[in-house]
Amino acid sequence: MNRILLIAEHNGQNLDPATAKSLTCALQIPHQTLDIAVFGSSRAPAESAAKLVGVNRVLFVELPENQAGLAVCLCPLVVELSADYTHVLVPATSFGRDLLPRVAAKLNAAQVSDIVAVDGDRCFKRYVYAGNALITVQAPAGTVVASVRANAFKPTSAGGQAVVETVDLNLELPRHTRLLGLNRSVSERPDLQSASRVLAGGRGVGGKSGFDDLYRLADKLGAAVGASRAAVDAGFVPNDLQIGQTSKIIAPDLYIAFGISGAFQHLAGIKDAGVIVAVNTDPNAPIFEVADIGLVADLFEVIPQLEQALANK
Amino acid sequence: MKILVAVKRVVDYNVQLHVKSDGSGVETDGVKMSINPFDEIAVEEAIRIKEAGHADEVLVVSIGSDACQEQLRAALAMGADRALLVKCDRDVQPLLAAKALQALVGQERPQLVLMGKQAIDDDACQTPQMLAGLLDWPQATFASRIVIAGAGKVEVTREVDAGLETLSLDLPTVISTDLRLNEPRYIKIPQIMKAKSKPLQMLDLADLPITETPLLNIVTTSAPEPRPAGVRVGSVAELVDALKEKGVL
Repeated sequence: MNRILLIAEHNGQNLDPATAKSLTCALQIPHQTLDIAVFGSSRAPAESAAKLVGVNRVLFVELPENQAGLAVCLCPLVVELSADYTHVLVPATSFGRDLLPRVAAKLNAAQVSDIVAVDGDRCFKRYVYAGNALITVQAPAGTVVASVRANAFKPTSAGGQAVVETVDLNLELPRHTRLLGLNRSVSERPDLQSASRVLAGGRGVGGKSGFDDLYRLADKLGAAVGASRAAVDAGFVPNDLQIGQTSKIIAPDLYIAFGISGAFQHLAGIKDAGVIVAVNTDPNAPIFEVADIGLVADLFEVIPQLEQALANK
Repeated sequence: MKILVAVKRVVDYNVQLHVKSDGSGVETDGVKMSINPFDEIAVEEAIRIKEAGHADEVLVVSIGSDACQEQLRAALAMGADRALLVKCDRDVQPLLAAKALQALVGQERPQLVLMGKQAIDDDACQTPQMLAGLLDWPQATFASRIVIAGAGKVEVTREVDAGLETLSLDLPTVISTDLRLNEPRYIKIPQIMKAKSKPLQMLDLADLPITETPLLNIVTTSAPEPRPAGVRVGSVAELVDALKEKGVL
């Protein structure tokens, strides 16, 4: 029977929402045990992981903060732990995408990336060609190594009471890689990848001041703000706001695109959204083909009117 | 220093793809093929590092059918010095690609290996990290800035979900390139002519020392479910009503 190990993602203190979502995916694989590994300097994320329903054990491996995010340091630890498991899973965030292939290579395993559905013990569905095709793929004999598109799954709820076990692996970690710094974008707003409402701007927003308007509306709606590649390339907003196939893949209940034409690389990042709204002056913009509600209009007129309408609600 | 750049021949990013009706894959006959865009950025970066005087040779490598020569010639026209094609007629999955590259690194001894963070066909995002793991080298994925720092070190800024992370790595290393690292140059006709006389060596995958490699089995390929057709509204008031009706406002 399968023994599954899920690698947790966290920021040092809090478990990333992608962990509870990936757990939902992992729980769909028939299993005897499902454990979560937490690597870090604080036990807090491990304690949170232990509360997720369906978890048998949480393995806490203590690591200095400047090593806890480095794939080259985590890889030998994960490889060591994986000896007891049939499956090693990780959220397909930038953290998981960086780490897991290195682990797979060490295990001589063919990795399945970015799974969106479970189809048996070692069979999964995933998108290829920027979401233009869906494949069913079977992992070969040996350890199953897979990353999970977290936003394709609902989070597992808290209410469990697994034990947290401290594991001392006592391995020598490489010294060839040093973390010089993380320039974290600090925001009081909801997190783009887990927000239930997202407003996004494209080239049509025109500049930083246009995004200020978008932020004001977002605050009224309790929404996160995202952007198309064009808006990030133009320097309107930082890179961590980019939504799309190779950046952030989101699945909010409500997604409103302002001035985004809808390149399919962008559409691949929003296809799991509940309701897609497009506001664009170009009636032929491809975004309208996937929008549930389309409004051909100037976003600079729409945003203040929406603010007004919400104020009158 | 020698830089090895790996490039993959993929369906051009502008092509509207069609899934074959028998579920065996996507239609690639007669479709425009190009260098994977992320790999093109890696080629550009290698050439810039050489132009800045930090490297003396840029070797560009591809793994696949004879047709990959087209993409290698394009990389030579951009400014790479030499090309190498590892011929292989089956599906080149990431682990196999990583092992082939590992063998080439053993022969060519580059100090830096660059390639795109992801190929836009299989969207796997695996080969660079796998190669770094097999070689026990440092890795820096999703690079948006690369600075050769001297004394056998390189500084890389990475685009991660939380923002921008900067690492210092000892050479030799593997770096995977992201979109904002650079904008690849346009190739001019004289460069295409010049590239024709640059060396392009071919060898067979079977001739490389590669251990047994497990492969994923792609059972079926299907077109994704299209979203149901939406509605157009004529005003903000109608938009607000429609959002309320859908229960999202």
